[in-house]
Amino acid sequence: MLRLPAFRLRQPTSLAEACRILSGEGPAARVVAGGTDLWPNLKRRNQKASTVISLARVPELAGVRAGGEVRLGAMETLADLERAPALVTRYPALARAIGSISSPVLRNLGTLGGNVCLDTRCTYYDQNEEWRRSIHYCMKAEGRICWVAPSSPRCWAVQSADSAPMLVALDARVRLASSAGEREIPVAALYRDDGIDYLAKRPDEIVAEVALPAESDAAHLRTAFFKLRRRGSIDFGVLSVAVALRTEGGRVTDARVVLGSIASFPSPAGEVARALIGAPLTTESIRAAAQRSRAAATPMDNTDFDPRWRGQVTPVYVERTLRAAAGLDAADGA
Amino acid sequence: MEPETAVRTLTVNGEARTVAFPVHHTLLEVLREELGLTGTKHGCELGECGTCTVLMDGRAVLSCLVLAAEVEGREIRTVEGLQRGNELHPLQRSFADLGAAQCGYCTPGILMAASALLAANPSPTRAEVRAALAGNLCRCTGYQKILEAVEGGAALARGEDWQPAPESLHGSPLPVPEER
Repeated sequence: MLRLPAFRLRQPTSLAEACRILSGEGPAARVVAGGTDLWPNLKRRNQKASTVISLARVPELAGVRAGGEVRLGAMETLADLERAPALVTRYPALARAIGSISSPVLRNLGTLGGNVCLDTRCTYYDQNEEWRRSIHYCMKAEGRICWVAPSSPRCWAVQSADSAPMLVALDARVRLASSAGEREIPVAALYRDDGIDYLAKRPDEIVAEVALPAESDAAHLRTAFFKLRRRGSIDFGVLSVAVALRTEGGRVTDARVVLGSIASFPSPAGEVARALIGAPLTTESIRAAAQRSRAAATPMDNTDFDPRWRGQVTPVYVERTLRAAAGLDAADGA
Repeated sequence: MEPETAVRTLTVNGEARTVAFPVHHTLLEVLREELGLTGTKHGCELGECGTCTVLMDGRAVLSCLVLAAEVEGREIRTVEGLQRGNELHPLQRSFADLGAAQCGYCTPGILMAASALLAANPSPTRAEVRAALAGNLCRCTGYQKILEAVEGGAALARGEDWQPAPESLHGSPLPVPEER
């Protein structure tokens, strides 16, 4: 049986109290939202926690506020958000990305804030204690070596949060709260290209809210999301593609193409975006631009499927996602 | 670390039960170990298999990923609380009549996930049933009878007369050999 390790539980009833407890406890404390990522990681002893601070009773983190921009409380469940009218009508590709996370029974617990902070994943890390001990662990937890790239000085674990690439493509912002105050940064600036130190937020900061700009909604952008995985019913992705295109007079004036589940952070495929800008959304221009995604994707042997194959199919799925955003094909997959 | 003990009043199957348990124990552990409700099964314990599914305020959730100390004030329903008095829940009837279980280990979780679906959507399509059960793994049946049984349970719950199709129970008749 996989029991959780013993910890002290704190259940604050306001954001200020949660921040105060977190700064007082220091980095040995962990914050829990839905628990769908932290509990498995604690059960497998991937992570440690002397104190767990639950955000379940913090009222400031609940709710969807839709005005010009749409602000999503970090404790909103994935199940509520995939059906939230403000997302379904104005940010449909984000609703789709959120709906592609794991399974319905998990989305009833998992939260947006938790997904945004999802721990990076790797074949050599997402294993139980005994399995990892048998290989003397890896550098992400307790070991010294990266088994994916043994001569590498860094960890290559993959960022698989499905909301992340879409939030980056939509130019979303995240509000971070701490006892020292609050700040709002682009979601793109929340992630670092490192499998271990993968979030740019400080350990005493809590993800409080995600803000979607009015200029990124369906009235302004053509968007699409695609997720490649072994089983459509539940699995983590091995590649996701988030696309947001602005067009004027039939030509692309701005483009964001962000790849997920392929590196330690949601990776912008800048070459693809540059190739699209100024071009009409035709079969030919989309195919030519999608070909340039091959360079942005260098999958490692750290998740499901052959890494070479994942690299080879990246342009195929970038092309399909661009075609869906352009309205040339119906969106499918995910 | 000396485990911290929590004392909470949990509402399980309509009954308020005050229980003491280690604060780091999951709802699954407290249901089975403190409350003796072993109908909810222990599977992967990582949120991947769905056999520990229970209802929390009417929503199907994975009890292996919920801390028992957090559910005070929430309405928990397990497979033991599915029937009403001596009447089986329509899904329990359809699963039993059709034989939609083999080893049966996934059945409690599937009944709970399916009951949440029917409460929200009394006439789900096959695609909606499949989507609602996407997080519930079955390694025996191949899912065919489970999907049929959920549709049968939905029909019974709507007050319709439902019988398992003979070919679902006995298989299709063998082809008659041609006369030589």
